Amino acid sequence: MRIAPAAAPPDAPVSRLNPLAKLGAALAVSLAVLASIDPVTPTVALVGVLVALPFGGLRYRRLLRRGWPVLVGAVLVGCANMLFAADQGGTSYLHLGPLQLSSVSLAGGGALGLRVLAIALPGVVAFATIDPTDLADCLVQQLRVPARFAIGALAAYRLLPLLADEWELLGLARRARGIDAGANPLARFRLFAATLFALLVGAVRRGGRLATAMDARGFDAGTPRTFARRHPFTGADRLVLALGVLLAAVALAVSIGTGTFVPLVG
Amino acid sequence: MTTLAVRGFSWRHAGRSAWAVRDVDLHVEPGERVLLLGASGAGKSTLLAGIAGLLPTDTGESAGEILLDGRPPGGTHRPGILFQDPETQLVMARSGDDVAFGLECRGVPPAAIWPRVDETLRTVGFGYPRDRATDALSGGEKQRLALAGVLAPDPELLLLDEPTANLDPAGAELVRAAIAGALADRRRSMILVEHRVAEALPLVDRVVVLAAGGGIAVDGPPAKVFAEHGETLAAQGVWVPGSGPAGTHPSRTAGPTLLRAERLGYTHRDRSTPALSDVDLSVPAGQVLAVLGHNGSGKSTLALLLGGLLAPGTGRVVAEPALTDRSTASRPIAGTDRAAASARGGRSAARPPHRWRAAALAGRIGSVFQNPEHQFVAARVRDELALGPRRLHRPAAEIAATVDELLDRLRLSRLADANPYSLSGGEQRRLSVATALSAAPRLLVLDEPTFGQDLRTWRETVALLGELADDGRGLAVVTHDTDLVDALADRTVTLAGGRLTAPAEVA
Repeated sequence: MRIAPAAAPPDAPVSRLNPLAKLGAALAVSLAVLASIDPVTPTVALVGVLVALPFGGLRYRRLLRRGWPVLVGAVLVGCANMLFAADQGGTSYLHLGPLQLSSVSLAGGGALGLRVLAIALPGVVAFATIDPTDLADCLVQQLRVPARFAIGALAAYRLLPLLADEWELLGLARRARGIDAGANPLARFRLFAATLFALLVGAVRRGGRLATAMDARGFDAGTPRTFARRHPFTGADRLVLALGVLLAAVALAVSIGTGTFVPLVG
Repeated sequence: MTTLAVRGFSWRHAGRSAWAVRDVDLHVEPGERVLLLGASGAGKSTLLAGIAGLLPTDTGESAGEILLDGRPPGGTHRPGILFQDPETQLVMARSGDDVAFGLECRGVPPAAIWPRVDETLRTVGFGYPRDRATDALSGGEKQRLALAGVLAPDPELLLLDEPTANLDPAGAELVRAAIAGALADRRRSMILVEHRVAEALPLVDRVVVLAAGGGIAVDGPPAKVFAEHGETLAAQGVWVPGSGPAGTHPSRTAGPTLLRAERLGYTHRDRSTPALSDVDLSVPAGQVLAVLGHNGSGKSTLALLLGGLLAPGTGRVVAEPALTDRSTASRPIAGTDRAAASARGGRSAARPPHRWRAAALAGRIGSVFQNPEHQFVAARVRDELALGPRRLHRPAAEIAATVDELLDRLRLSRLADANPYSLSGGEQRRLSVATALSAAPRLLVLDEPTFGQDLRTWRETVALLGELADDGRGLAVVTHDTDLVDALADRTVTLAGGRLTAPAEVA
C-alpha cells in the first residue's frame, strides 16, 4: 500500500509473523512502561526491544527513517520538561529567566522522554511491519471481528491516498475559480473549511460507490465467508508473544528489584 | 443457464416525484447479449442496479418484479455487475486478493479459490502476477482486474454499466478485449450500457432501447434497429453508427499570441521522472489548440501549467500583452467587455501566471477541469456564475447582467436556482464552462471537456467551444478524443511521455 511502505523486507522473519502476535507483544511492553513512571522500566524495555530487532530482520536505519517523528517527539517532550519543570531541586546548572536546569529536572525530563519513546516504539515497530490486509484477515480469522467491519475498514483505507490527490485538485480548482485567501487568516480558515467539505462530499460518494460494488460481489450475502489467505498462529508467533510478555515482566521486576519502581497510580 | 425476466418493473428513488424506471418488460435468454440504450435519464443504470439486486427496498418505491431463474436477485443469487469507475470497485491492495474477494464472500472452499483466481486472470488477459499492487495499475488495467473480480464466481449473466466511459482509448480497448474473452464461450448472457455504439456492436446481438417516458421503445437485432430508428436514437444522444460527428469545420484565423510555453517542464512530488519536459508552444487568440495524448502523457499537467495553477519546474509560461493588456480589444460575450478589460492589466501583469492572485488569474485565463464538480463552490447555479465577477469587485448591476447573459447563452436559465450538484452531466459541463467565462478571460484551458459524454452533450460542448473561438477567445484543449479534435481543432500537438512528438501543424 502506498501510504504504509513496509519497514522490513517481505521475507524477513518479522514480516512473516502473525500481526496479532506482534501487536500483542508490543501492547504488553507498552502497558508495562505505562504502568510505571520511573526511568528504569522504560530503559530496560527499550534495551530489550532494540536488542530484539535485528533478530526479526529489522535494520535500525530503516526503522529510523520510518519512526523519526516519534524520536523527535520524545526528545522535545524530554527537553521541555527539563527546562520548565516546577521541581528544580538538586544542583542548579542553569538559570535564565523562566528557563532552569537542575539535576532533578534533568533526571525527570530524561525519564519522561524515555517513557514516551518506550511506550511508542513497540507499536511503531509492530505497525511498520504489518500489512493492512494481513491485519484485517487476522482480526476476522482469530479475533472473530465481524468481516463487515474489518474488511470494510480495509477497503475504505485503500481510498485514503485518493483523498490526498483530491485535496490538491480541489485547491487548484478553487484558485482557477478566482478564490484564494491571501494573508487573511479568517479567509484562509473559511477556504480550508469549504474545501474540506467538498472533499468529504466526494469521499462519501466514493465510499457509497465502493460499498455498492462490494455488495454486488456478495459482501452483503450473509453466507459464512471463507478465507483465501490463512494466517495460522504458529509456534514462532506464540514465542514472540511470550517474549513480549516476558520483557514487560523483566522491566517491571528490575524496576521493583532495584527499588526505583514508582507506580502510575497510587 | 440463467434466464432473466423483468415484468412491469418500476422504481422511484425515495424523496423523488419522478420514476427513474417505469413499466419495463424485458426477457433475456441464456447466451443473449443485449445492448441497452436510451436517452440520458431514461433509467438504464437504475434498471441494471435493480437486476443486480442493488436497490434496497428502504431506498425507494418499486413496482413489478425482477426474477433471475424465477427468484428475485440478492445475496449470492446475483448476476455480475461492472461499473464505470475503476477506483471504487477494487477492494484489496493486491490484485489476486481482489479477485478472490467475491469467492470468499460466496463461501468457496479455500483450496478452490486460487486456481479459480488464476483462471479468471487469464480469461481477462491480466498480464501481472497475483501480488501486483492494485495501486500500480493503469485505469484500463484496473478495470480489467475489476472485471476479473466480477467473473470469478462465474456469473451466467453479466451486467456492464458503461465499463469504458472513464478510460482513454487504449484502456477502453483493453477492457473491450477482456469482455470479448469473457463472452467467448457463448455460455454467458450480457446486458451492456454504452453510449459509443460502434465500439459495442461487435459484442452484442440484440439492442433494447428504453423509452424516455417508460417502457421499451425498440427491441431487435442491431442492424434492423439502427436502420429503422437511427435518427431518433442519435437525437437522444446515442452514438449511432454512421451518425458520428461532422469531421470538418471552417478554419479560423489566428489572432495575436496570448500565452507561450518555453522549454516547459514539471516533475511531481515523489517522482523521479518528469511528467513534462521541454515543451514549447503558443496559444493564439481566436483558435483552438488541441493537445492530444494518452493518460499519463503529461497533458493534464500541461493544462494546469498553462492555466497558471502550477509553478513550472523548468522553463516558463509567458503571458503576452494580448492576454494581460487592458487596452486590447476583445469580443467576449456582450456586456462583459468592461469587466474583462479591467481584470486584465494591473500591476501583476508582468509576473508569470502562477504568481497572479486568483481573481486576476480567473479574469485572464479560465480553467475548466475534467470533473465539473471539482469546481463547484456555491449552492445555486446563479451564485456559481456571480462568483467570478464578484471577486473582481464588479458593480452589482453589471454582475447581474453578466449572470443573466451567461444563463441565457448556455441555456441554464431554468436551472438558475438549482444546486449545481443536482444537474445532469451535460448541464454540469455547460455550467463549468460558464463559470470560467463569468470573469471574461480571453483564454480558456480545458481538460477533457467531452469525457464520458453521450452524443447530444458532446455536440453541445463542441458547438459551444467553437463559438467561443469564433468570438476571438483562445482555447487550449487537452484531450484523447480524436472526434473532438477533428470537429474543433485549428492546430494539434501530441504529447507522449511528457514531450511533444509532433510539431504544431495547421489542421
